[in-house]
Amino acid sequence: MTNKTEVLIIGGGVVGTFIARELSRYKLDITLIEKGTDVCVGTSKSNTALIHAGFNADSNKLKGKLNVRGNELFRTKVQKELEVPIEWIGALVVAQDEAGIPQLEEILENGKRNKVPDLEIVKGERLFELEPNLNKNSVAALYAPTAGIVNPFELTVALANNAVKNGAEVILEAEVTDIEDKGDYKLVKTSKGNIEAKLVINAAGVYADKIAQMVGIKDFKITPRRGEYYLYDKILDIKVNHTIFQLPNKVSKGIVVTPTDEDNLLIGPSAEEIEDKDDLSNTREGLDQVIAGAKKTIPDLTTRGVIKEFAGLRAAIKETGDFLIEASDKVKGFINVAGIQSPGLASSPAIAEMVVGIVKEELPGLEEKDDFDPYEQEIPKFRHMSHKQRMKLIEKDSNYGEIICRCESITKGEILDAIRQPVGARTVNAIKRRVRPGAGRCQGGFCGPKVVEILSEELGIPKTEVKLEKDNSKILVEKTKESLQKEVTDNE
Amino acid sequence: MNKQSYDLVVVGGGPAGLAAAQEAYDQGVRDILIMERDFELGGILQQCIHNGFGLHFFGEELTGPEYAQRFMEKVAERGIDIKLDTMVLEVTPDKKVYAVNSKEGMLEIDAKAVVMAMGCRERTREAIGIPGSRVAGVFSAGTAQRYINMEGYMPGKKVVILGSGDIGLIMARRMHLEGAEVEAVLELLPFSGGLTRNIVQCLDDFDIPLRLSQTVTRIHGKERLEGVSVAKVDKNLKPIPGSEYYIECDTLLLSVGLIPENELSVAAGIELASVTGGPIVNECRETNINGIFACGNVLHVHDLVDYVTEESKLAGKAAALYLQDKIVKRDKEINIIAGDNIGYIVPHKITEKIEERKRVDLYMRGKRPMENAQILVMDGDKKLFAKKERFVKPAEMISIPLPEKMIEQLEGSTVEVKIVEGGE
Repeated sequence: MTNKTEVLIIGGGVVGTFIARELSRYKLDITLIEKGTDVCVGTSKSNTALIHAGFNADSNKLKGKLNVRGNELFRTKVQKELEVPIEWIGALVVAQDEAGIPQLEEILENGKRNKVPDLEIVKGERLFELEPNLNKNSVAALYAPTAGIVNPFELTVALANNAVKNGAEVILEAEVTDIEDKGDYKLVKTSKGNIEAKLVINAAGVYADKIAQMVGIKDFKITPRRGEYYLYDKILDIKVNHTIFQLPNKVSKGIVVTPTDEDNLLIGPSAEEIEDKDDLSNTREGLDQVIAGAKKTIPDLTTRGVIKEFAGLRAAIKETGDFLIEASDKVKGFINVAGIQSPGLASSPAIAEMVVGIVKEELPGLEEKDDFDPYEQEIPKFRHMSHKQRMKLIEKDSNYGEIICRCESITKGEILDAIRQPVGARTVNAIKRRVRPGAGRCQGGFCGPKVVEILSEELGIPKTEVKLEKDNSKILVEKTKESLQKEVTDNE
Repeated sequence: MNKQSYDLVVVGGGPAGLAAAQEAYDQGVRDILIMERDFELGGILQQCIHNGFGLHFFGEELTGPEYAQRFMEKVAERGIDIKLDTMVLEVTPDKKVYAVNSKEGMLEIDAKAVVMAMGCRERTREAIGIPGSRVAGVFSAGTAQRYINMEGYMPGKKVVILGSGDIGLIMARRMHLEGAEVEAVLELLPFSGGLTRNIVQCLDDFDIPLRLSQTVTRIHGKERLEGVSVAKVDKNLKPIPGSEYYIECDTLLLSVGLIPENELSVAAGIELASVTGGPIVNECRETNINGIFACGNVLHVHDLVDYVTEESKLAGKAAALYLQDKIVKRDKEINIIAGDNIGYIVPHKITEKIEERKRVDLYMRGKRPMENAQILVMDGDKKLFAKKERFVKPAEMISIPLPEKMIEQLEGSTVEVKIVEGGE
């Protein structure tokens, strides 16, 4: 069977879902395909979760323009419309000796060219008032109050849900195997059947070069650059108030120390170019580099209180160090949205805005819908509620009175909501990304079996079919005695 | 908000909470509530279907559920109130207990005394930072035990176990008996963290190898676990380059330590001891907050449930005396000091005068194994007494009775205990 669509977006990361959501404002057939079992499982899943202010992005590059615009759109639209956790905590770039101050001034100038508001250089006491745990060697910092942090999982899921609400279709576990250019349309072959699309938008993250090659575009290469992280328990006695950067070097912005939207401390990322586009493993070297780097900023940090290590891949186009967002001049009806590394998350609303502009040129005469609904409601968060709010919530549905995850105080009601969303969770990790059971200090040791049970009941599948993430990541292999019984029967 | 009040609220219905509630009742307290987050009482004992429980306390071998059942019956006979499926969210320093369940909604319970008995949790792969991929098939040993014993599912078929704590040893045998291949039990330290009887009965009897001074250095696999890299470690517990080898497996179980679950205690303002991770308590198991007691694995991790019961009865009795206003402070507070080769001692101090008390038992763990040792109990520089100990093992708790008379006659304000060579 072949599906037909006007616009096909390949990739369910923050970029792909944002484009889908922005295009769903128009009278247009939109399909988004994602090879994973969920949206937000690639680069969007594992990063520093920052809405950069935009002082760092080179003002001569696309990044420089889109970062600041993205930040503004997060502030003025996204936060209000999608109820996504965003906190405008501000960022500091810290110099630890006088020699670093000219470099801070250069960054300040670059920021001004990018039109980042309210930048200033802070020194002395003021610096330690802003950030009391900072290394005592610190002499000055560039302070950017417009920097923020965001929950990238909730953002991406909200975008996908909102796109679906407005008529887009999201197909998961659809991996593109080939694309044939048929002139008027592209025939996109996937593991879930063929799709004919007038316009294809390639937002495939680290695989964007592979997808482009399928239509003969070979002029860019994505070099995955792995970054490793440590995440700490919320109750860690060391707190920071801002996203703290070190003075950047040529390869990376250095090790960042930042709170997350849930007030965990996050440190990372390391930077290591690798070949394998799926290798999200942690390495001793990478992790050691992260803690050593973070200690330069906050000397009291150790690995005590760490509850999680993870790694992400930056989808970098090394040769340009910039985003590549354009309608291909070689293949009509094919738009690349590639090389979206940092500040990709921060720029994502502006990237989507830019892509809509390109689509309008490719498909002239696009009309806006009258009934586009830009709003999404977040799943209730028991953990952040007052006793009174909790009471009301439980009166409405007693499932919100049943705590499943003790570390994070996550209720059964929240987990059911995560499964029952338009783009609902189908795996243990997908539930964790949406509503956090297992994201705490026991890492699912206690709630894991309960989440498996709820998934099995809700999806109507045996527990042995419940997956952690991908297809072969089943958690339980068989019932006890199953193969022992089989042996007995076989012998008889 | 659903408001209620009780004389005594016990947070946790595992072995510690049950024994504390029962003892408080037997000492005259009638208005008691046990709050349990699970659907049944008994705590982690319910998934410990092996035997070996109760040898000290009952003088017979019971399974975990049997041991739990005895106390559940005692609690039922006494008509003690119980709330199941109820999660305590907060205990305030003035002993208001906030909790939630799906039947009653939000609860605010005014308590005159509180016993904290929340137990412990397992250290995770993430907490010890094993590098590699984050795949399915890596479980803490207790979680695997729950899947097999409570839910009837196998988490895997070819198993490596890291850590030779008791749960790891028990699970090695359990998985073997369920038809899985247990490749090895690896232990970072040069000695096991489990009871000797468990090493014999769970590993030796089934030819499961215990490899000391080895650890997992990397987890392999893309989606489900495919194998682990293992290396020998040096004296500083660092992997020795070149000693690495690979074991193919689909399951890695971790038994790498237990951590008292004291998030509620910290929020209540209870001071914790850094070594145990549990509250600092006096001999009544009372915390720094008057009327809030702690017992069981929330206080320090025990090797035998029998000791949990003994300790919890002390806490239950003390809670009763507190409620009856029968606790009298001593003139002099005595600090208990963990000396040479002692990891920690509970209680941390002796502060109360209690009628008819004959002795105070000190519970302690050795830091490193020692043979022919002697345990010295010191009043300042003066030796009070010595006790010979043939084997000292960190895995096995030692208890030393301190007679009340001796406490009365102490010259200084400290009692130091140390373990030294030369027990003969």
